[in-house]
Amino acid sequence: MNIKRSLLCFSAGLAIATASYAQWALPSNDPIPQSTLITPEQVNQMLTSSHKPLILNIGPRSMYMQAHIPGSEYMGAGSSDAGQQKLRERVKPLPKNAGIVLYCGCCPWSHCPNVHPAYQLLHSMGYTNVRVVYIANDFGTDWVNKGYAVARGD
Amino acid sequence: MSSKRILIYGIVALCLIGLYIASRRKAQAPTATASGNSVPDFTVTTIDGKKLSFSEYKGKVVLLDFWATWCTPCREEIPHFVEMQNQYGPQGFQVIGISMDDDDGPVKKFYEEFKMNYPVAVGDDKLAEKFGGVLGLPVNFLIDREGRIHAKYLGATDYNTIDKATVELLSQP
Repeated sequence: MNIKRSLLCFSAGLAIATASYAQWALPSNDPIPQSTLITPEQVNQMLTSSHKPLILNIGPRSMYMQAHIPGSEYMGAGSSDAGQQKLRERVKPLPKNAGIVLYCGCCPWSHCPNVHPAYQLLHSMGYTNVRVVYIANDFGTDWVNKGYAVARGD
Repeated sequence: MSSKRILIYGIVALCLIGLYIASRRKAQAPTATASGNSVPDFTVTTIDGKKLSFSEYKGKVVLLDFWATWCTPCREEIPHFVEMQNQYGPQGFQVIGISMDDDDGPVKKFYEEFKMNYPVAVGDDKLAEKFGGVLGLPVNFLIDREGRIHAKYLGATDYNTIDKATVELLSQP
């Protein structure tokens, strides 16, 4: 009986570990540290908390206009000069330990051109409390279709 | 407990894990949804300044491609679409590209660089909403000769899947 129970526990543990790996598996050379990642679900929960972080959208405008996280501010694409400039100016007055959440969701994480340059910019400016929303597929699939809160337009 | 029973439990556990991984892969795979809904008419201005109305293409099989220059999977698809336009154009096939770039500067450059041979316009959120929202790229709609959506391909899609469906549609009267 003990062996049976141990085996069941082992299987459950292995399944949970597999699930975690599948959710968070990033390439080992991904420049964004795994510890800075945050799930869409966690961000959605933050929206109802009293200490909301500053949430900045660093994706294309046409997608922001269709749907974005309520309260998030549009910076412009993190890969563009204009987007980087606006992001730089937006965070400049903030203390280096300010809570900042970045998200894009234009395309699958591994193909997103925006999250990495935006994160690198804030990192190089010395911001220490930056989190990046890990959107595995795209904003439609991983946020809107999950039924999380959405705002539209400017 | 016998060693045989332990072995069975082990195999069952491994099968369950395998099924879990397979289901996740399936969930992350591009989706293709046949719809049958008519495409809403729209008019856009192409990057070379011409008016394009979707209604002009009734009677043709149309591949409507929502893409962007910064979208890697989109960039990978475009040479295939150029090839399809060459190959199937004479049979009544037309690719239309709707770029979701914020402005047309990079689109014009890309158009030249990739020798695109079909009309391309820069879209916006209003056009995207006519198609149920474009909140991830690429999104392709394969549309039949009657102007009905035959399939929607979300995310990087095997080129052969789109090609095969196109050939099937073209073979229909």
